[in-house]
Amino acid sequence: MNLFRLFSRPRSAPAARERLQVLLAHERAAAGGDADLLGKLRDEILRAISKHMQIDDDKVSVRMERGAQVSTLAVDIEVPFDAGKKAA
Amino acid sequence: MGKVIVVTSGKGGVGKTTSSAALGAALAQGGDKVVVVDFDVGLRNLDLVMGAERRVVYDLVNVIQGEAKLTQALIRDKRVETLYLLPASQTRDKDNLTAEGVAAVIGALKANFDWVICDSPAGIERGATLAMRHADIAIVVTNPEVSSVRDSDRIIGLLDSKTLKAENGERMEKHLLLTRYDPLRAERGDMLKVDDVLEILSIPLLGIIPESMDVLRASNIGSPVTLADQGSAPALAYFDAIRRLKGEQIPVTVPGEKRGFFGKFFGRKAA
Repeated sequence: MNLFRLFSRPRSAPAARERLQVLLAHERAAAGGDADLLGKLRDEILRAISKHMQIDDDKVSVRMERGAQVSTLAVDIEVPFDAGKKAA
Repeated sequence: MGKVIVVTSGKGGVGKTTSSAALGAALAQGGDKVVVVDFDVGLRNLDLVMGAERRVVYDLVNVIQGEAKLTQALIRDKRVETLYLLPASQTRDKDNLTAEGVAAVIGALKANFDWVICDSPAGIERGATLAMRHADIAIVVTNPEVSSVRDSDRIIGLLDSKTLKAENGERMEKHLLLTRYDPLRAERGDMLKVDDVLEILSIPLLGIIPESMDVLRASNIGSPVTLADQGSAPALAYFDAIRRLKGEQIPVTVPGEKRGFFGKFFGRKAA
């Protein structure tokens, strides 16, 4: 039922786009580039937060959307239920 | 002096050879003198795609080793008078491609043709860097798919560092050719959109080749798609691409876009 699937299935292209943006930001930096803004941000944010609570490396996503006039930076951090206790 | 174009990609199987043949034929169909050079030593395929597999006597490696003259190795296309092919070697060791040898061959071809199109092997090894080394223009062939986009990014990095132009401090002219694009799937959100790929790779768009049966059909019969079926959607897209390559400013549209029932109401143009 094609029509039904159109509404029910999550779209995969946005995920592809997001994964590529993060990955390429890392790889461009590793290749000697200067544009590893996202990678650096991610590392520093991770470091700052892990001072105060235990978080999972994989659960932090930093995303930059570049627009013509405005760029937005979205930081998404999943904090585990018992994170505060461990660090404190 | 002709212009040297490298058709490159990083990832294999994205349509470098198909595109080299189609772009070469399209340029030649317009009257330009074109040679398409297969750099994929060991795994040649351009001869097959162009329908000249049974006419190969000498190849690129023979010329570089001095065993044949360039004129002996060049194969003239039977359909288009101004289209030539320089095949790659099938059996020889890749290391026979020397930097000096390639430089000499490209130099000689440049002097005699309007366009020298180098079909690069996949990867980032010696063969690929030799194919791009002397290029004036690079066409980066990419599928709307994560692994292809990633490898294209890598290749763009190489184009900006490992080519003669880069070493001389000049900027390499780079273009994106997006192949196997399916507007319906992109619209549905299950394929990277043109804009997504352009934003990620940030090089100008030369053309969008739609996913089409005509491409496979053309390679089955050993004919560049621009010759096999001139009116087909991929052929029209390649013809548009060469007009842009020659400097014409024409808007990029998705050729042969088929819209479903919902697409008609909710769809948006992909380019």
